[in-house]
Formats: sequence, structure tokens, C-alpha cells
Amino acid sequence: MIKLQKVSKNFGNYKVLTEINLSIPRGKIVGLAGENGSGKTTLLKLVAGLLEPSSGSIELDGVRVSRKSAVNISYLPDADLFYPNFTIDQLFRFYQSQFEDFNYSKASMVAKFLNISLTDKLKDLSKGNRGRAKMAVTLGRETSYYLMDEPFSGFDPMVRDDIIKGLIQFTDPETQTIFLSTHEIREVEPLLDEIVVLREGRIIAHEEVENIRDQFGIDATTWMMSLFREGEENGTTTNR
Amino acid sequence: MSIDFLPDKPIYQQLIDRISGDIIRGVVKPGEKLPSVREYAVEVGVNANTMQRVYKELELMGISETKRGQGTFVTENETRLDELRIQMKENLIASFIHNAEALGFTKEEMVLSLQQHNGGEQHD
Repeated sequence: MIKLQKVSKNFGNYKVLTEINLSIPRGKIVGLAGENGSGKTTLLKLVAGLLEPSSGSIELDGVRVSRKSAVNISYLPDADLFYPNFTIDQLFRFYQSQFEDFNYSKASMVAKFLNISLTDKLKDLSKGNRGRAKMAVTLGRETSYYLMDEPFSGFDPMVRDDIIKGLIQFTDPETQTIFLSTHEIREVEPLLDEIVVLREGRIIAHEEVENIRDQFGIDATTWMMSLFREGEENGTTTNR
Repeated sequence: MSIDFLPDKPIYQQLIDRISGDIIRGVVKPGEKLPSVREYAVEVGVNANTMQRVYKELELMGISETKRGQGTFVTENETRLDELRIQMKENLIASFIHNAEALGFTKEEMVLSLQQHNGGEQHD
């Protein structure tokens, strides 16, 4: 379980996240939604131990998250951080040298499932295939927690579909937890158990996806839009 | 290929309808083995937890049976499958009438039009 209590993060005077309380149970796929600049990447980096909170506490299975938590968390970054001259095979070997839980044969299976060749160099790959390679290397680690920063954004529907299927095929819903950010809720809604909505550094909603449909009779995208509209109306009234 | 879901109904419900529809249409036969939860989840692009729920509900509805260590099979109970067929027809009629009434058409008017209508080919 991932647990955040009253977590705030400032960069200088700029407040990125304010008093975040959040629990993510084991075995769920949870989407983190919000507009650009709402704090999604910062929140993921805090949970991964890549950033430290300005205040508040973050725990992973009861242990305070730190830089060392990286051994238990497989993190998929938004940016392309990999060495462009590496082949996919070399990328896998590099991960194997860095992470004890990296399973080379599992990563190769994901690569095969996603139709990418181990001998291709990263710099020669299309954007879609780089996305596939990132997913393969992330899922190659056998761990309880996967944090993914925009794993589907900027891809055409075919690529997105493939990557989503890879994710379903190679994760175990009983033991593994996936927390991923996305601004394309419509396309990934069927993949999610729960959705967390960030707005200007605060969580404005956290719901089960099927609950939204059951209770309000609308999909997650429509629900989110209505939340934002309400927020804007309330915002104007309180400001005046 | 992943499927598109309607926005106003839970996804697991739509999957139950989809599988029930496949059985009614004979695409999946009585006694036939259904794909595993994981296989089906990957095929339609949904969360495996959602798929698990679908299979559980189908079993509770008596539409499928799980045999230990072998997988999930469509029931061979013809009575139950006939009931399912009638129930799906009822649902279709209910939503049809609901839509017709919302537009102010009378039942008589609709019955007459249905009788005069040449099947569903206007859609294709």
C-alpha cells in the first residue's frame, strides 16, 4: 500500500502540491489525471523517492519512502532518458546490472509481445517503438509497484492499444500495484480501477471508475470535466 | 482490438451483455470453454480485476460454470440459456419502448411501423 499524509511540495516559493492525502491499495491500477502543470509528475517522483516532500509523510508498505525505495519501485519516466546508442538488448542488460529484480527473459517476452526487436538501437526507433521499449524494460522488473509517468501519451491509437495490452498481459492484478499518470482518460478508462484527479496541486477527487458510471451514469472523462467546471464556478465565487 | 464502451453503463455490465450476446447469437456454444480472465482482458483491453468480476457475475447468473483446474465454460443448461434469450429480448423491448415514448410515438403506431419494416437492412 502506498500512503501519503499531508504531503506538500514547494519549489522555492512555488507550491506544486498542497496537503496531499492518498492511499493506494495493493493490486489496483490507479490513474492520476489532471491538466498539464497540475503536479502529476511531481507526485509520482515523490512516491518513487526521486524527490523529497517539503512536508508530510509518504510510506510504502509502512516504510518511509526514500531514495532507496527505488529497489522496490519500477519507474517509467516521461522523458527519454536512455542512452540513444544502446540496442534494446543493451538497455535490458543495463537494467539487469542496476536492479536485482530485473528478469531478462520476462523483458524479452514483453518485447516480443509488443513486436520490437532486441537488436534495434534506441536512436533508430520510432516514437511508438521507444514507448514500447520503455514499457518492456519497466515491466521487466518483477516488483510490487510500478509508477508510470504518461506511459501512453503522444502515441497513435494502435501503439497505445498495444502498450495497454502489454500492461494487462504482464502484470498480476492480485499482487502488483500500478499508479500511472495520464491526460487521456477516455482511452485508458477501461484499464483503471480507480482515478485520482489533481487540480492545481490538490486532489479534488478519488473514485472507483465503475462507481462513477454506476452512480452518475457518465464516463470518467465527462465526470472529470464536470468536476473542473464546478471547481471553476466555486473558484470565481470565493475569489469575489 | 480493444472495444469501445458506452459512457453511461459500468464496463463490467457491458462485458456481461457482450458475452451473453455472443452466447445468444451462437458465436459461443453451450459447453464451450471461455478464454481465461487474462486472455479476455487483454483481448478487449480492460483491467483484469474488471474481467474477474464479469466472470464471477456470469457464474452467479448461471450462464457459466467454472471447472477446477480446467477453466470457465458456458453452461449446457438449455433452460437457463432460453431464459437468458427471453430476458435479453425483454431488455431490448423495454429500451425500445422507452425511446419511442420519449419521442411521443404510440404503441399502435410503432407496432404498425414494425410490421411494415423490412428487417434491419436499412442500417447496413
